[in-house]
Amino acid sequence: MQNPTSDSRPLIRFDRVNKSFGDLTVLDRLSFDVAPGERVTLIGPSGSGKTTILRLLMTLEHVTPAKDPAAEGGVIWVEGEPLSHMEKGGKLVVANERHLRQVRKKIGMVFQSFNLFPNMRVLRNVTEAQVHTLGRSKDEAEAKARELLDLVGLSAKVDNYPSQLSGGQQQRVAIARALAMDPDILLLDEVTSALDPELVADVLGVLRDVADTTSITMLIVTHEMGFARDVSNRVMMFDRGQIVEEGAPDEIFSDPREARTQDFLRAVLAE
Amino acid sequence: MDVQEVIDSLPRYVQPLLVTVEVTLASAALALVVAFALGLMTSSKHLAVRTPARVFVEFIRGSSVVVQLFWFAFAMPVVLGIQFDYAIVAGIIALGLNYGAYCSEVVRGAIAAVPKGQLEASLAVNFTPFQRLRLVVLPQAWPEMIPSLCAFAIMLLKASALVSLISVTDLTAMAGLIGGRDGGVNQLPHYALILVVYFILAWLIWTGMRALERKAKRGLGVDAKQVKGRLTPAVAEKGLT
Repeated sequence: MQNPTSDSRPLIRFDRVNKSFGDLTVLDRLSFDVAPGERVTLIGPSGSGKTTILRLLMTLEHVTPAKDPAAEGGVIWVEGEPLSHMEKGGKLVVANERHLRQVRKKIGMVFQSFNLFPNMRVLRNVTEAQVHTLGRSKDEAEAKARELLDLVGLSAKVDNYPSQLSGGQQQRVAIARALAMDPDILLLDEVTSALDPELVADVLGVLRDVADTTSITMLIVTHEMGFARDVSNRVMMFDRGQIVEEGAPDEIFSDPREARTQDFLRAVLAE
Repeated sequence: MDVQEVIDSLPRYVQPLLVTVEVTLASAALALVVAFALGLMTSSKHLAVRTPARVFVEFIRGSSVVVQLFWFAFAMPVVLGIQFDYAIVAGIIALGLNYGAYCSEVVRGAIAAVPKGQLEASLAVNFTPFQRLRLVVLPQAWPEMIPSLCAFAIMLLKASALVSLISVTDLTAMAGLIGGRDGGVNQLPHYALILVVYFILAWLIWTGMRALERKAKRGLGVDAKQVKGRLTPAVAEKGLT
């Protein structure tokens, strides 16, 4: 794997990002960077803001904008370009749908509840967006889809509907669907939480393969600590929208400094 | 009561039967177009799109279909100077708008019932808003609409009898005409006859809609004979693998 810090410019930058839902502040002036190729695992109790971070990056949620982004921040940057905002007349303003469609291209997401399209067979789930949003030819998209479905071990299921697959199989298709779009950043939001225990290993196995064979940048929210330890270069512990502690997986899992991290890990590992 | 008289008059029912079928099919087609247009508009997040559609739907639903029928047939020619060549056109428009307004709620409800995760997934693969609707939302909402639309189609068939009030000779009008002869001694068998004819037509609609529903469910990979209701991943895991 390439050295994640070899490129000085961060791939993702959260610059004093705020996010509130009504009165509830989920992220309070949160700042962090992710380097290209890095695999970052976000851990922390529920409600700590981890999933919100992924949803902001996927533009499923939008930041609570600051009055003056130049002075106060509140902006998410990807590859040096603003994601949550766009430049207009030399100033940063909140992004419109057109800008979001442009920046969204770089990002893919796998969801806790798979969210495959039930009205499309497995193959079409993986080809449809390639054709409609990347402008690939049908043959090109199909070749790519078959290659990826082979990678996730589901070559035999191309003609099935999602409702005819197990949860673990559906999630592997969802991984193929996300990868087919050639994203620079892959967001994994509790991808094994909805699975029966015996199906978890297959999905994690596929993700380990992806991590080993590509240099794709990953942000991972998971309760699978073994997986997090194996795959990630950095672990960030969140609580109430703030980073409590971060470091290499070995440090965080073997020797956490903060009491909140120790408590959280004890609780998770006791499960 | 004279059964032979009813049998002898059967050929005279052929043309009115075609009129009833024509009114039903044409106003159903119009209703479907109106229902999707209004249903999509009332689902819009933009107030400027939603409000006029909402007002139209509530007005149509809140006023009498018989009065609407009279309005299109008799008032509109006077007020707006628009005169249809055939009264049947006024009937089709009135019934089509009325049932379209009701069915728009079916369309809106089915669209709203598409799981939020589906919209998020279609956003994550960067579909445009129109692609989200065309490729993801409508194909999933359509099977959910069919049973309710079927009920409305049968109601529309029965309501088509109202066109007899604006001097269109449909089944109901013809039964009144023939049955009313000789002081109305044969009203009972003639009305009984068309009751059965309406029932057979309704049954045909129901059968067609059932077939359509099965086809739509197959498009979601579901065997409608085996699985009732919406399929969830949990059901899929336990039931079909």
